[in-house]
Amino acid sequence: MSDSPAIGETPLAIEHEARPELRHHFSDEQQQRNAASLGMWLFLGTEVMFFGGMFCGYLVYRRIYFPEFAVSSRSLDLVVGTLNTAVLICSSLTVAMSVRAAQTGNRKLQVPLLLATIFFGLVFLGVKGYEWNNKYKEHHIPTFDFSARDLMEKAGDRHVLGLDRISDSGQLQAREAEVQRHSQVFFSLYFALTGMHALHMVVGVGIFSVITWMAWKGAFTPEYHTPLEIAGLYWHFVDIVWIYLFPLLYLIDRRPGA
Amino acid sequence: MATTAVSAESKNYLNAEYGIRSWLLTTDHKRIAILYLISITLMFFIGGYFALLIRLELLTPAGDLLTADMYNKAFSMHGQIMVFFFLVPSIPAVLGNFLIPMMVGAKDLAFPRINLLSWYVYIGGAAMYIWCVITGGVDTGWTFYTPYSSLFSNTHVVEACLAIFFAGFSSILTGLNFVVTVHRMRAPGMTWTRLPLFVWSHYATSIVMLLGTPVIAITLVLVILERTLNLGIFDPSRGGDPVLFQHLFWFYSHPAVYIMILPSMGVISEIVPCFSRKRVFGYTFVAMASIAIAVIGFLVWAHHMFVAGISLYSALVFSFLSYLVAVPSAIKVFNWTATMYKGSVSFSTPMLYAMGFIGLFTMGGLTGLFLACLGVDVHVHDTYFVIAHFHYIMVGGAVLGYLGGIHLWWPKISGRLYPEAWGRLAAIIVFIGFNLTFFPQFILGYLGMPRRYWDYSHMPEWQALNVLSTAGASILAVGYLLPLAYLLWSLRYGKIAGDNPWMATGLEWKTSSPPPTFNFEQTPEVTWEAYEYEKMPLPEEVTLER
Amino acid sequence: MANHTQHIVSSKLYWLIWLILIIATFLTAWIATIDLGPFNTVVALVIATCKASLVALIFMHVKYTSEKMTRAIVISVVFWLLLLLVLSLTDYSSRFAG
Ligand SMILES: [Cu+2]
Repeated sequence: MSDSPAIGETPLAIEHEARPELRHHFSDEQQQRNAASLGMWLFLGTEVMFFGGMFCGYLVYRRIYFPEFAVSSRSLDLVVGTLNTAVLICSSLTVAMSVRAAQTGNRKLQVPLLLATIFFGLVFLGVKGYEWNNKYKEHHIPTFDFSARDLMEKAGDRHVLGLDRISDSGQLQAREAEVQRHSQVFFSLYFALTGMHALHMVVGVGIFSVITWMAWKGAFTPEYHTPLEIAGLYWHFVDIVWIYLFPLLYLIDRRPGA
Repeated sequence: MATTAVSAESKNYLNAEYGIRSWLLTTDHKRIAILYLISITLMFFIGGYFALLIRLELLTPAGDLLTADMYNKAFSMHGQIMVFFFLVPSIPAVLGNFLIPMMVGAKDLAFPRINLLSWYVYIGGAAMYIWCVITGGVDTGWTFYTPYSSLFSNTHVVEACLAIFFAGFSSILTGLNFVVTVHRMRAPGMTWTRLPLFVWSHYATSIVMLLGTPVIAITLVLVILERTLNLGIFDPSRGGDPVLFQHLFWFYSHPAVYIMILPSMGVISEIVPCFSRKRVFGYTFVAMASIAIAVIGFLVWAHHMFVAGISLYSALVFSFLSYLVAVPSAIKVFNWTATMYKGSVSFSTPMLYAMGFIGLFTMGGLTGLFLACLGVDVHVHDTYFVIAHFHYIMVGGAVLGYLGGIHLWWPKISGRLYPEAWGRLAAIIVFIGFNLTFFPQFILGYLGMPRRYWDYSHMPEWQALNVLSTAGASILAVGYLLPLAYLLWSLRYGKIAGDNPWMATGLEWKTSSPPPTFNFEQTPEVTWEAYEYEKMPLPEEVTLER
Repeated sequence: MANHTQHIVSSKLYWLIWLILIIATFLTAWIATIDLGPFNTVVALVIATCKASLVALIFMHVKYTSEKMTRAIVISVVFWLLLLLVLSLTDYSSRFAG
């Protein structure tokens, strides 16, 4: 603020000296807290629409390229995907518990819980990296020499794709080229969606590193823990995105007869 | 502000601190508004430069001034700069930023540092876009249609997409700040029905910014990924559907029209009662019409795609919905006119802009109905008819509102009056120049002149109308440069404005001009309804001319 | 000191929600391997929506907030997302019919 405050500001400055976390333009903590959480919720709303654009693409292409999406989806690792979902849910629990620890004034518990959150987040990212690496080896990353050959080998998959009903070799080739293109759309969306989600996780881990540091410094009290609370909202949101990505990418087309 | 006598009383946001640091690190919403004002004015003139190139090229039927490639770049960059770097931030980031905290009786926006961040993000985007312009530009048209943008174009598409991504992020932050401010920072007694309509329309705008912008953000990211990492989402040779890009693009970009026009409507809703000395006719209807426009605006996007290969069934649904959105806009026009009816109207500069707005917006809106109609749209799609239509909305509407607002609040922003005679002259020049530029384009479009053509030597009979249009554009340019000149002049030589030169209602007029850093000496308490003009005295100067 | 309207959820409830979420995750993965015809999609999305709602309501305190705006935001965002999805699908579900 200015070096020589105007007349109107002086009482304000004194009034706020006792409460350093209260910014000058709010009249009390309640207003500031509500403003921060409302702001975070609005931001999460924009995030929903951000992912919504990709969900829209997924929905549209799944509708028009259904067989290819079913076959591609089945090539994802169900066990790893399920375990990773569980890891993320654990991280949400530790976040919720750490907010609770701040609310109840339990300083000792905050830092371990936050560290656990970061740990689970990193585990999730590591597992994601493992899955991506497998996709790389399977030639399923559109960037690097994409090939859908292996999706057209199993008899069940060939049936779903309609390849077993084509006898003419020219038609077969054309259909195979089509499968190649359409499954590439699946994997493009897979990488766009999981990549964008992972990016949000990375940002989340960054945010929580700062939050952990603040908690370690003892910044959060039952009266004031807004940063922890809104960072928690962000983390839960990223969790919710995954809760939808998991069934959409891994589950809904897995049934044997699809 | 050479004449400012430094006394405790005259401390205001402009002289509270000095030095470049005090501006670049400010969290004062008024200073950030000034930063935005300067940056968007710069972008406006860069965009205007490309408009000049376009109009000069079309002066003759042959493609003689620019090469075809240059022309493609000129109209692409004109569109992108004007839409994303001027029109979208124009009124919200300058006037909204400056006025909304004052209008609701707050010391600042809810998140002052995020407000500053939004300016830096904007500047990052603008700098990146200028970099893209300097290094060779982009030629995809402002719409980035795939697969041209993702597969074929050899220009700087990635940089342009990123720049617009940044600009979008900045507008999300602005919208977020506005919504939280309106909800959380209102002064005691400032109920929702006492809010100025300017605030209502910015609230509606913010909804569109928050829910629409992220969709174009991810769409542009996907285009970038398709170009750089070979993901195939929109490119048909990799299995994608280019029409999906158009769906996602227009999901934002149709509502973006309302990001541009709603704040302008808010300005008009302030000017009209002030210079008619009457309450706004049907306050609730005008306020609700803003919200209705924000919502219905999201239901109509595919009217841009009637000839792009969408299903006929879908086209019918969207055509019908597009007609619907005309209803709340018409309510607003009706209410402004009713406000003027039997009012004591004075033709001051802001009022001239407001009247220009109402006329031109109505024309733009009605020709929009032509385009919402499936059969007519097939005929005039991608012709100059469309160009003329949206310039009537975006220039005749948004820019006139912006200029009107700048004039209305200039005394508040700068503490000085602009020269009224010059103001009126400029307003009239803008109006004449605008119509001369764009009305011929309606006819050109109806005659079949396609947009984005650089050479029309096969149809030399189109030249006369094109010459008219270019002549009009030159007049329009004068109309833009004049305010720039006399407003700057008034900073030093203008008459001291006083707190409320127009005798307007609204909390922003109850504080000093320019306002102090925290807007009010004490948090105001509102005990009156909005627009109580019958209780306000007439302004001195205006009384004489009535 | 400001008066607190914030609600402190018992840690027992948090653990319970966690348990439900974990069970639901394994349940939905298991159901996906059984052939229910078109209902696989429905069941998977219903379970996902239940899980997401639990996270939002309990972990994110939507259930306890005295704040009407939070709920308004959640509802309007879901509405807008559906707008995007449904209106896009009006095109894709009928484009290839003819
Ligand atoms: Cu439109």
